[in-house]
Amino acid sequence: MDVSTLTIKEAGEKLASGELTAVDYAQGCLDAIANGNENLNAFLEVSQTALDEAASIDARRAAGESLGSLAGIPIGLKDNMLVRGWGSTSGSQILEGYRGAYDSTITQRLQAAGAILIGRTNMDEFAMGSSTETSHHGASCNPWDAQKVPGGSSGGSAVAVAAGFIPAALGSDTGGSIRQPASLCGVVGLKPTYGRVSRYGLMALASSFDQIGPITRTVEDAALILEAIEGRDPKDGTSVELTNTTVPALIEKSVDGMTLGVPKEYFASGMDAHVASVVHEAIAELERAGAKIQEISMPHSEYALAAYYIIQPAEASSNLGRFDGLRYGYHSSGENLPETYKRTRGEGFGKEVKRRIMLGSYTLSAGYYDAYYRKALKVRTLIKRDFDEAFKRVDAIVCPTSPSVAWNLGEKFDDPLAMYLADIYTVTANLATVPGLSVPCGFVDGLPVGLQILAKPFDEYTLFRVGATYQDRTNWHKQSPT
Amino acid sequence: MKFSREEVLKIAKLARLHLEEEDISKYQEDLGSILTYIEKLQELNTDDVPEFQHAAGSANVFREDIVEGCDPDVRRRALENFTAREGNLLKVQAVFENRTE
Repeated sequence: MDVSTLTIKEAGEKLASGELTAVDYAQGCLDAIANGNENLNAFLEVSQTALDEAASIDARRAAGESLGSLAGIPIGLKDNMLVRGWGSTSGSQILEGYRGAYDSTITQRLQAAGAILIGRTNMDEFAMGSSTETSHHGASCNPWDAQKVPGGSSGGSAVAVAAGFIPAALGSDTGGSIRQPASLCGVVGLKPTYGRVSRYGLMALASSFDQIGPITRTVEDAALILEAIEGRDPKDGTSVELTNTTVPALIEKSVDGMTLGVPKEYFASGMDAHVASVVHEAIAELERAGAKIQEISMPHSEYALAAYYIIQPAEASSNLGRFDGLRYGYHSSGENLPETYKRTRGEGFGKEVKRRIMLGSYTLSAGYYDAYYRKALKVRTLIKRDFDEAFKRVDAIVCPTSPSVAWNLGEKFDDPLAMYLADIYTVTANLATVPGLSVPCGFVDGLPVGLQILAKPFDEYTLFRVGATYQDRTNWHKQSPT
Repeated sequence: MKFSREEVLKIAKLARLHLEEEDISKYQEDLGSILTYIEKLQELNTDDVPEFQHAAGSANVFREDIVEGCDPDVRRRALENFTAREGNLLKVQAVFENRTE
């Protein structure tokens, strides 16, 4: 059986009926990776125990045990999520040789739901990048055109799903790192509300932004994974006790009577005209489905990226202080301890990571803190207020995920500012802590375009409702790269 | 806006980063262009705007002050990741210099 286009929902039904075994499914995915990964570099390593775990699921099913919602479903994890005993590098040389000492909470929850963790996927180094080119392990390639970037930083996860290796993978999203690669690879990506999913065992980039979420082929599948991983975890103090949990079966495929806001600032300068017209057509489809479309203004949008690129490097420079060459990973000895730190970090970190650490160290340093960091926190409040105001008038916001389709490998690699501009429509959700979903909505020159849907904090249900309605009426998500 | 060589070296020292000689001028340029872009925020008057404080709301999270210990296997794996050790202790170079006057 060709398992490359199965959704989680379809595979779950086949596994339950006995038409497909978990072992055959896992083997099918491992074969697809073995055949296709060399060209795309989506996976850094596959699990040696996946087939045993799948066999155990099959045995438990045969014994009539009740199994979790993801029983036998192969799922990939981004290389910044810990699994006990797995190598885990965050795409960096500085974690060369590191082995996870414990399981992250998402690992525990996916395993409790019966998922088969199939391997770890490539990413921009410490999630700093929008193209997966800053990975120490080499860039990943876009399956729609191997000369193009897959987006980033969760590029390996998006490529693995788009290429048909696996039905789903987890990514982490600090400024768009789930939604943007999902958009550029033609798959679904969800950044949950800040606080919805525990980050325990996720290597931190910027702690006031980071969220873990799924990359899948359908909106329903994203809801299935969210249901398995969400909720309060005592080990992440920012995770929240949920009052409403995700119930995928209850997703209503109707937007009748909903009001969707289209922020005019999200179609401003720098936006590719062809991408804009594809996104407008997607919005028109939602209007035909019964939604009321209303233009809105989010006046501080043009300041979001600047605020983000102050706060995020500031938090990153602090979070990456732990890489001292002593407790884990790469080590380079100097004549004294400060020299050892400098050498280890100078050699172990790549250029973009060093750039951001320096930027963060600068904006937090004496004399600059007020002008940059404090100012950016104030602007973050203004961005949050823009969203609060918008959600008084509309149920959700619809806009592009990315200002362009995938660009050529190498094209923006030496121009950090041009790379940062790729995040212009995604950073706002992280600044405002709201959830965001990217759904495939068409093509420009054979490359996928994503529609981004944003909703109130903890209202993922509305995202699923809009996204599932759209997918019910369109076939973009059923197309596969050849 | 461009960073001086001295500024880049000072920041690198603060961040404990050794930079290769040939990379320094590129960092001067890159950091300068990023900073020029983020200067944009100065256009906004934010005098009466409070700073954004807590991404997950401002409620405190409490728990009982009880030592839960550590799974011996997790402990073993954490120790194995150390670059240098003596028994179960992390071995590091001297933090303080030994000076005799």
